[in-house]
Amino acid sequence: MTPALNVEGISVALGGREVLRDVGFSLAPGAFCGLIGANGSGKTTLLRTILGFTAPSAGRVTLGGAVGYVPQKLQLDPDMPIRARDFVELGLNGHRFGFPFPSRARRARVEELLSAVDAKTFADQRIGELSGGQQQRVLIAHALIREPKLLLLDEPLANLDLRAAAEIIALLKRVAAQGVAVLISAHDMNPLLRAMDRIVYLANGRAASGKTQDVVRTEVLSALYGYHIDVIRVHERILVVAGEHGAHGHEHVAAIP
Amino acid sequence: MFEPYMLDAWIVATLVALAAGCAGYFVVLRGAGFAAHALPMAAFPGAALAGLLGIARFYGLAVFALGGVAGLAWLKRAQRPDAATALVLVAMLGLGALFLSLSGQYSNAVYALLFGQILGVGAADLPPAFGIGIGVPVVLLLCFRPLTYSALVPDLAATRGLSGAGLDLLFLGLLAVTSAVALPIAGALLVFTLMVGPAAAARNLVRAPLPALGVSIILALLIAWAALALAYLTGLPSGFFVGTLSAAAYLAARLTRRLSP
Amino acid sequence: MMLLQPGFLASVPVQNALLIGAGAALLSGAAGVFTVLRSQSFAGHALADVSSAGGAMAYLLGISPLLGFFSLSVLGALALEVIGTRRAAERDLAAGIVLGAGMGGTALLLYLDVTVKGSAGAAVSVMFGSLFAAPPGLGVAVALGALAGLLGLGLIYRPLLLASLDSELAKADGVNTRLLGTAYLLLLALAVTLSAMAVGAILSTALLIGPAAAALRLAHSPAAAMGLAALLGLFCAWGGVWLAYQSYGWTPGHVWPVSFFITALVLAVYAVASLVRRG
Repeated sequence: MTPALNVEGISVALGGREVLRDVGFSLAPGAFCGLIGANGSGKTTLLRTILGFTAPSAGRVTLGGAVGYVPQKLQLDPDMPIRARDFVELGLNGHRFGFPFPSRARRARVEELLSAVDAKTFADQRIGELSGGQQQRVLIAHALIREPKLLLLDEPLANLDLRAAAEIIALLKRVAAQGVAVLISAHDMNPLLRAMDRIVYLANGRAASGKTQDVVRTEVLSALYGYHIDVIRVHERILVVAGEHGAHGHEHVAAIP
Repeated sequence: MFEPYMLDAWIVATLVALAAGCAGYFVVLRGAGFAAHALPMAAFPGAALAGLLGIARFYGLAVFALGGVAGLAWLKRAQRPDAATALVLVAMLGLGALFLSLSGQYSNAVYALLFGQILGVGAADLPPAFGIGIGVPVVLLLCFRPLTYSALVPDLAATRGLSGAGLDLLFLGLLAVTSAVALPIAGALLVFTLMVGPAAAARNLVRAPLPALGVSIILALLIAWAALALAYLTGLPSGFFVGTLSAAAYLAARLTRRLSP
Repeated sequence: MMLLQPGFLASVPVQNALLIGAGAALLSGAAGVFTVLRSQSFAGHALADVSSAGGAMAYLLGISPLLGFFSLSVLGALALEVIGTRRAAERDLAAGIVLGAGMGGTALLLYLDVTVKGSAGAAVSVMFGSLFAAPPGLGVAVALGALAGLLGLGLIYRPLLLASLDSELAKADGVNTRLLGTAYLLLLALAVTLSAMAVGAILSTALLIGPAAAALRLAHSPAAAMGLAALLGLFCAWGGVWLAYQSYGWTPGHVWPVSFFITALVLAVYAVASLVRRG
């Protein structure tokens, strides 16, 4: 089966600084993968490289089909006369020039996507007035309407409360079950632990990838960070902690997400 | 007020309102209020220079309006786009002050270009007015979805191959052409006011994009017609009525929205 | 060529023009730094346009132009506040609406100036200024106004700076940002009024934004930017007056407009500042 995404040894330099070095992994259709790393570890750069916004200095990205992208947040004036359903429809034809005649087929398709993400109750509200979780659903419907093989989400859980986050994860799990590879960036892996079957862990511009239990281990992460890291499991949660033998010589027991 | 000699004024007011009401929807959507004010103003010295050189006014207006677009596009890459817009605006107006003074066209010309002389339009003004009254809405409707998409989420639009800078240029170019045509017949103030007031009111009244565009056009038409009728009946300048009626429409729309459940 | 023609400084209209130009440039330069930092250029320009209605009113009622311009730009500032300035996008729209209504008033009043008072030149002098024809007492009044404005700006300088950089942070520190915003808009109204005395209503934005934008490219601290903007503005204003005085005889029978020279110098200063920054 051709992979939905194949990233082969890409390096990216921004402003003379190497942000990503020799990062490689691949996702099969239906994979649910977390892209985990602290702020500034290069998650957004990696997503932008996959989308083609940033050209890698080495390596290449191969896609198995269309890509859907869900940005972190909509920066919108709440008064904009755009309803949730109009926004979903723009996913289908927002790039097309021509008279905007309404069409019954398109309307049915939008309706279908709105119910798939449980957004029908607020479909006729201005999108700028929706809550963070509701906007996230609309953005996901907007990305899915073109039937992508790969769905990229930039920190979708960052601005959500626990319940809304759990609902979004459940929704994305359903999406993956239909054969779409899902790649979610997050600075905290814990909300995703049960859902994700693969992980790409970014630190120091390098990546470790594989099954979660194979990657999130003391040896692997220590090698990635370049100094001793303890992986501690507490009540089905994972804490990644810089240990006493920290490379910088001082003890800090801060959780590195 | 429907005498034969008033017919041209009615037609021109209708066409200018069609263009401005339609463009205004996108001005508000794209947050281009300052640019929409700056472009008609930037075109204005063109008329003065044309008078000085003895060439047709339209060419002067078009050159300066498009020059304004180039200036805006060039300076927009600077850190502070609003300050850049202000500088383009004063650069053009400074030239306007010079040309007017050199050409000896004093207050009357300034007044007519800024505030319009819609009661004085003639048959010669009709063809260009038809050009923008029909051309601008058609082009904007053809670009309706891309203009909307790139204004809402530039990043997502870029993933679908839409160039934000290119669409910006296209849109500002349309504003410039509208300004160049409408300035001598309707005045800079009327063009700008019809671009901002109706559209800002419309988005408080309806939630969906196409209806908002429709309401914006209808309000622009109503305001233009009312202003023309009031100007005819009272003998006072039409710019006064357009300015105050637009503000009133906006305030009424905001109030309606606040009072409705 | 002699740098100063005999009689330049001895001429009373020139003295008056220099005083008005100085007052306008100093306050507008300093206040303009905040206008640029707060991305309120459009609001500043809208106040200037609205103030033109006051200029036209002054002709009609025969009152001091300073009073006319100032009363209307204050009215404009209050209207901006009332219409709501919660969000940046809404703020631009509010500026547009207020501008449209204000200029509508200008259209009416200028029309009345011509028909009732027979002041045919009102449109040009209100919009583009007529510095050499300013009434003799105006210079002192503008200088006093500028002094008061600078004093007020100094009083709110620190909280205003904090609020301009991060309004949430200012709120957390107990600053009443709404009140501060209003106070600042009123100062802006004063600055715009004084500049309108020098270069006319629609060109006053040149003295407000140009020197400030140039200074912000060069200076490393806000206070230094304010000082530099005031000095650059002063250079442009006085340079413009001098050039206009020189221009007599460049074209037959004309003095070129002061407003043109001041605006041109402002743009030149901005261009040089951008080049210095890049080079």
